[in-house]
Amino acid sequence: MPFLQVSDLVMRFGGLAAVDGLSFSVEHGSIHGLIGPNGAGKTTTFNVISGFYAPTEGEITLQDERISGLRMFEVARRGVIRTFQHSTLFSEMSVLENVLVGTHLIFRPNIFAAIAGWDLADRRGALARANEVLDFFGMLHLKDARAGDLAHGHQRSLGIAVAMAARPEVLLLDEPFTGMNPEETKTMMGLMLKIKESGVTILIVEHDMRAIMGLCDLITVMNFGKFLAEGPPEEIRRDPTVIEAYLGSSRHAA
Amino acid sequence: MRRVAILASAVAIMVAALLALPFGLSFSQQEILVFLIINVLVVASYRLLTLTGEWSLGHVVIMGVGAYASALYSKEFGVFVPVAMLLGAFTSALIAMALSYPLFRMKGFYFLIGSFAAGEVIRLLWKRFRDPFGGPKGIKKIEPMPDFDIGIWQFDFFEPTSYYYFSLVVVGVSLWVLWRIEKSPVGLTFHAVHWQDRLAESAGVNARAYKTLAFVIASGFAGLAGALLAHYIGTINPNSFDIEQMVFVLTWVIVGGTSTIYGPIIGCIALTTFNEIILREIGLEQGRPLVYGLVMIASVLFLPKGLEGIVQKAFSTSLFKSMLGAQTRGSS
Repeated sequence: MPFLQVSDLVMRFGGLAAVDGLSFSVEHGSIHGLIGPNGAGKTTTFNVISGFYAPTEGEITLQDERISGLRMFEVARRGVIRTFQHSTLFSEMSVLENVLVGTHLIFRPNIFAAIAGWDLADRRGALARANEVLDFFGMLHLKDARAGDLAHGHQRSLGIAVAMAARPEVLLLDEPFTGMNPEETKTMMGLMLKIKESGVTILIVEHDMRAIMGLCDLITVMNFGKFLAEGPPEEIRRDPTVIEAYLGSSRHAA
Repeated sequence: MRRVAILASAVAIMVAALLALPFGLSFSQQEILVFLIINVLVVASYRLLTLTGEWSLGHVVIMGVGAYASALYSKEFGVFVPVAMLLGAFTSALIAMALSYPLFRMKGFYFLIGSFAAGEVIRLLWKRFRDPFGGPKGIKKIEPMPDFDIGIWQFDFFEPTSYYYFSLVVVGVSLWVLWRIEKSPVGLTFHAVHWQDRLAESAGVNARAYKTLAFVIASGFAGLAGALLAHYIGTINPNSFDIEQMVFVLTWVIVGGTSTIYGPIIGCIALTTFNEIILREIGLEQGRPLVYGLVMIASVLFLPKGLEGIVQKAFSTSLFKSMLGAQTRGSS
């Protein structure tokens, strides 16, 4: 049984079909890459999976439960948590507070308990979870820093830490390597393998070919909103249709 | 341990000062003190809404809903006044919940205008329907608080001092509740919704539900403030809750600053004091809207962080550090 299944997904904006009949499935516990040239519709696909858009046609299921068309927080409640391109963080808040917001799903705040002070166990639990996640990402020493003041690499890690704090089933990473230097990329790849080991399924949308080839179990390639190819990294690297999509056909190059 | 002692004594001094305050004042100043303490609750509740990033122009009308509701419950149905006040607050919260369905389909500027329109609709309903709202003349002879005696003090609620003490307790408890909310995980979620609603949603936060929650709580406390006002002045009309009052509230909040819980309260106290002492002295109290306009522009230009910025600076000076900061490290 496929874990996360995208079937015949169509997403139209006005007359333009950004995603046009895309299907693929993600295996439980794997790192799955979604790649393609600029404008292939990767990010749109991603936004539909995470509930940011409702698809025009088709559906997305998680363990046979339909999640497409739900709102973003409802998708999150079913265990599919996304990160954002660029450094989308609560930049005015401290690193620890950022991760505490991430624990929202595990320790739902309750207004009456909060006023009366009956939620101390939950608050302690949330704090422990936040510290645990920060430790996992090696950022415990930065917990009091203002999130907006962090270095770029740390901001990207924090974005993933916020998502991980909710104990997701599936982690959706939107171009996590953009703007990273090779050193930061290496650290981030290490983190992702660690996340995979902890049993979380990862779906990555990415431009950086080197990172994605070294990381993914399976890669789906899209072009012009359509499915182009799928396979393990070595196969994709040699696939002539993929090479053509990225570099243009040899006839054009000549 | 010494830090706790310092804080405890600071609180004790403040309470004593607040209790002693009316004795140095004239009768009319005591009355102003009652209005001031009620307005403190209005601005503090307004801040809870601004935590989620939305600013409303209907807050004073919502306060009026509490005032009208409480006045009518006590007048028409003979409800015991303190109970009527609580029911008034509850009514404000319910109206706010109903309004939140259309209003929170909008954000930012559109929400601001929408809240203004919603407020005007309510105000015009009061004007239009003489029964039960009394039309443009409003409601008169609202039941006063019943007198009572606690041994050391006889509460005669026509005396501003008595009403001041009563309001002080009600507002004090309300501020404590507002503070508890802000310092809780719920408050953190409000902040999260403010700074990045998309990221908050991706963490499973229902942003609209949280905005509604903040709006409903803020409105409930505004309604309580309105009820306190109604049973003190004994007469309310639609113009007591018009946009001019709302602009005063906005001025207090902006001049005070909104990044701390005490900012708006400082703004309210400072400007009321300024108003009552300086403007009255030079005979300019009729020109309050004009002066408030100038004060607002001046504070935006020269005090972008509001009065709270000054307080924060004062607290970070070496004197306070040596009193509190060094002690914290020593004791923990």
